[in-house]
Amino acid sequence: MTRETTVNIALAIALLAVPIGAQFADHPFIITLSTKVAIFAIAGVGLNIALGYGGLISFGHAAFFGLGGYAAGILASQALNYEPLVTWPFEIQGTTQMLIIWPVALCICGAAALVIGAMSLRTGGVYFIMITLAFAQMIYYFAISWPAYGGEDGLSIYVRSKFPGLNTLDPITFFAICFALLIAVLGFSVLLTHSRFGLALSAARQNPQRLTSVGVRPFQVQLTAFVISGMITGLAGALYADLNRFVSPAMFSWHTSGEIMIFVILGGVGRLFGPLAGAALFILLEHLLGGITEFWQFLLGMLLLLIVLFARGGLIGLLAGGRGNV
Amino acid sequence: MSSAILEVEDLSKRFGALMASDHVTLDLRPGEIHALIGPNGAGKSTLIKQIVGELHHDAGTIRFNGRRIDDLDAEARAKMGLARTFQVSSLAPEISALHNVLLAVQAVEGSVFRFFKPVIRDKKLVAAAMDNLMRVGLQDRAMVRTADLSHGERRQLEMAIALALKPKVFLLDEPMAGMGPDGSQQLTKFLARLRDEAPILLVEHDMDAVFALADRISVLVYGQIIATGSVDEIRNSKKVRSAYLGEELA
Ligand SMILES: Nc1ncnc2c1ncn2[C@@H]1O[C@H](COP(=O)(O)OP(=O)(O)OP(=O)(O)O)[C@@H](O)[C@H]1O
Ligand SMILES: [Mg+2]
Repeated sequence: MTRETTVNIALAIALLAVPIGAQFADHPFIITLSTKVAIFAIAGVGLNIALGYGGLISFGHAAFFGLGGYAAGILASQALNYEPLVTWPFEIQGTTQMLIIWPVALCICGAAALVIGAMSLRTGGVYFIMITLAFAQMIYYFAISWPAYGGEDGLSIYVRSKFPGLNTLDPITFFAICFALLIAVLGFSVLLTHSRFGLALSAARQNPQRLTSVGVRPFQVQLTAFVISGMITGLAGALYADLNRFVSPAMFSWHTSGEIMIFVILGGVGRLFGPLAGAALFILLEHLLGGITEFWQFLLGMLLLLIVLFARGGLIGLLAGGRGNV
Repeated sequence: MSSAILEVEDLSKRFGALMASDHVTLDLRPGEIHALIGPNGAGKSTLIKQIVGELHHDAGTIRFNGRRIDDLDAEARAKMGLARTFQVSSLAPEISALHNVLLAVQAVEGSVFRFFKPVIRDKKLVAAAMDNLMRVGLQDRAMVRTADLSHGERRQLEMAIALALKPKVFLLDEPMAGMGPDGSQQLTKFLARLRDEAPILLVEHDMDAVFALADRISVLVYGQIIATGSVDEIRNSKKVRSAYLGEELA
């Protein structure tokens, strides 16, 4: 077992142990925080596929986080109001079933990522960053100015979506659902990075010309990665809507894109458990320092700076050392 | 005489005021090594880039097996069977030598859009990749990170990748460059046999290698082909001597 695997397993156990301990000590707030870590980590795992493995610096993943959230929010609120979502050409009802909401969120975010990715990937470098940002901002302003679902004020959902056989309103149960999904997307990431596709994606990042000369279009590989990436971040958005029982245009804002990127960078770009380490550190800092000083964001900025300058592997790199061979 | 696999006709390419290709006509026939020689900056690499589709020509045609490929992109041309090696190695540096070859093998054997099975567990793929590493003598370095390979080993790796593509044509841009005398000799022997697998368009400055290997030689100067012929014809051509070989052989 490599040192990185040990660190990863320790992190997963810690994320599991903290809310279980909090359950016994009757600290529901800590369970909520742990759930938030798991959800943010899923969002980061999504971004890591584009950013870490694909080298695609997306500054617009808030678009997918928000779309996933609104997909969940709109489906649930329509169901609660007993109003069909669409009446023509056929009737589609809202739903509060996670097992329906998740696939819907995945499909919507996949489609959005296909469009955004196809346009953004025609450019490179700083233009790619700006175009992904521009798309997310467009959706942000659309969400603000669209009154049907709360506009600027956001949309309250009142209930938490249901999962067959589970009481999702129980904090520890909802945490367990998020944790299981986190493990699932991490498992998928492992498979992806070692697969044929993962090899092609890594080559596309390192040297697109290499891929071209063996007859594979880097564009198609990167676009596929971007779609997968957007879908996973969208799933996190749907869970986040359920956690807060509320969605607002803030989910689409560039702050959100920045935060997801911060999780990945803090934890270690392209490191499997980087997003979890980063999200955990972020939430810890927010709640430890945020209680003491208003300037915690400033300290976060300093920390980011240090990591970018001196510890490119992020937290995982510090704990587990450099990356071995592929 | 058998008909050509690759035919370049009247190809022209301009970089500003510079004619990098000036009505270039040249072909490649089954089983042959066609050497392309010429001074630095003559436009040899530029010609290869146009053939593989990395650069688009301004005028002229390129045919592959009788079919025009001018409008195909580089990936499509690679898939048809044009394999090139780069004058300056172009590899994925962070992955192993084996993975660089696997990349080529998996592109040829089916699709790269498989998301679950680890490449390294695919015995057929790995065996094919190892075969090609073995052919260039890199089998012991298979698991070394590409960035940690020596210059010569990277050139060998490029060759292994080209082999893995099972191409119909090899386009080799100065494969001997920086190989050292032993390396050059080994590669010369290797290429002599390789021509039976697929014909080779060989850009090379190493005249010993060119004269030992070439069935035909074309001489490119300032974007123009000034002569095409057998080794003896080129060696004895006054025009070629004054334009190029004079300085090379002095
Ligand atoms: N993309 C480009 N834009 C402008 N000029 C270029 C470009 N690529 C090549 N050139 C010029 O075209 C000419 C031919 O270059 P090319 O690389 O084809 O020469 P070469 O015959 O391969 O030389 P060498 O033997 O040094 O490799 C050179 O003068 C070079 O500076
Ligand atoms: Mg050249």
